[in-house]
Amino acid sequence: MSTTPAIAVTNLVKQYAKAKTNAVDGVSFDVAPGEIFGLLGPNGAGKTTTIGVLTTFIVPTSGSTSIMGIDVARDPIDVKQRIAVVPQQSNLDRSLKVREILTFHGAYHGMPRKQREALADKLLHELGLGDRQNEKVNRYSGGMSQRLMIARALMHQPDVLFLDEPTNNLDPQSRLFLWERIRELNASGITILLTTHDMDEADRLCNRIAIMDHGKILVNDTSAGLKKLIPGGTVLEVHAYGPPGLKDPIQAALQALPGVTKVDSSTSQDDPNYMTFRVYADSAKSLIGAAAQAIFSAGAEVRDLSVKQPTLEEVFIFLTGRHLR
Amino acid sequence: MSRTHLAFAAFIAILRRDLVVTGREFIPFLLQALMQPLFFIFIFGKVLPNIGLAAPHFASLMLPGIVALTGMIAAMQGVTLPLVLDLGFAREIDDRLLSPLPVWWVALEKVIYGGMRGAVASTVIFPLGRIILGPGFEVRSDRIPELIGMILLTAAVGSTIGLLMGTVIRPDQISLMFTLIFTPLLFTGCTYYPWGALYRIRWFQVATLFNPLTYCAEGLRHAMVPSDTLPTLNTYVVLIALGLSVAIMFTLGTRTFYKRVVT
Repeated sequence: MSTTPAIAVTNLVKQYAKAKTNAVDGVSFDVAPGEIFGLLGPNGAGKTTTIGVLTTFIVPTSGSTSIMGIDVARDPIDVKQRIAVVPQQSNLDRSLKVREILTFHGAYHGMPRKQREALADKLLHELGLGDRQNEKVNRYSGGMSQRLMIARALMHQPDVLFLDEPTNNLDPQSRLFLWERIRELNASGITILLTTHDMDEADRLCNRIAIMDHGKILVNDTSAGLKKLIPGGTVLEVHAYGPPGLKDPIQAALQALPGVTKVDSSTSQDDPNYMTFRVYADSAKSLIGAAAQAIFSAGAEVRDLSVKQPTLEEVFIFLTGRHLR
Repeated sequence: MSRTHLAFAAFIAILRRDLVVTGREFIPFLLQALMQPLFFIFIFGKVLPNIGLAAPHFASLMLPGIVALTGMIAAMQGVTLPLVLDLGFAREIDDRLLSPLPVWWVALEKVIYGGMRGAVASTVIFPLGRIILGPGFEVRSDRIPELIGMILLTAAVGSTIGLLMGTVIRPDQISLMFTLIFTPLLFTGCTYYPWGALYRIRWFQVATLFNPLTYCAEGLRHAMVPSDTLPTLNTYVVLIALGLSVAIMFTLGTRTFYKRVVT
């Protein structure tokens, strides 16, 4: 590509003082202008440290990073004018009124008074905070604080927006509202890097996702590309009803079907007769008839059959052998 | 906007933020800064001389010490407490640290803001002293520029010490540190007694020289006390000691500030 990446990270290493292992251990990735890029991984994977380096708060042990072609280590002040950060926990200025949080932020970034007042009006309205703009943030809920932090981040019209676990601890309604805003921002041209340990969030929002674990990037691809990593590629989910003793024979029968790479099984906790099988195969669709026949022949009843694309959760388990949380 | 211009605009905006917040709490700020000096002036300047336990001119010797102490503590408090909380857990300062200016300018802003608080608190002592002491209020009027200079220098000494303390102390150590630092500072700083009179307790006279407040109080005595009967510490010694204090505290303070902010 000839265009300068919005974010470039090359061989980034960060070892904290007194730590035995590297928090970030040789990470490289590029984010193109206008992309939503996700860093996905469990707590302690190195996501927040990576963001810390890109946002000038953490000095890397080695490696280089740049934002819009500007070297972060060499020119942090220029970088600060181009980026905005929404942290995991609220760091809103509790001594100021809500509206002032925005206008002062604009002033910190050199915006003339007229312009910052106008943009504050617009953002307060867009993010649904207009009614309570003269309060202090003490009485704000988690969702409102989060929205206010996003409004604040947008005040100086950054090129790149960093969102660290943006919807962590939010109620479902606030989460949906936030996802919608993130998409809108991206559509307006802002490059977004977000970290999350929510698979669903990464899947819905990101153009590309890098899965991180123990300070390293394991894979970096589109959501669809990542799911192709799963052997077989598609999953047939079968719900069956019958004596629990039939579980093993049915699993064996499903495993023997053509093109099947793996079969997982589980039993409902409420009703031991209710069994679920997940059949990983090259073409799950073509197995529907044969799978139903296998269950019927074993003496159980088919309750439901569905073809599923694998989720990112399964990709993560496949890569690390662990669940995300 | 050029980079320097931008950094300067950010600096002014950050200073304006602190002034706006203080302006809203101006009365509480004054009460906090002035309650203790008010009673000190009353008891030591009015009550003790009147009941014969202190010399009649004790008030005029003590007043410069009160001006020094009040300014220094108001400056320190304006810097230390917000920094301890911010760097400890609140991180409200992050938004300012992400502004387009060098990190150490954010520390410099705190020092200037703290200095402004200190200078205001010191200045308010004069009308207050006038009211409480009445005819006992004696301040010479031929060294006003020197007086203004000393008030500003005292404020700078307080806010730079405040910067270092604010970046070193952890939130859970606040009350202990205040006791350990404030109490000795308060009583060894020649606030309530002139340095020259300490010759009778030589070791203590030497010990007070390690407290920057001593030089502030003595410098202010030189600028305020009407008669030159009691010699004060040499003005050059005062200026050098206070200049060194500001330079050392500011250098150490900005260094620890940077270390707390950028890892």
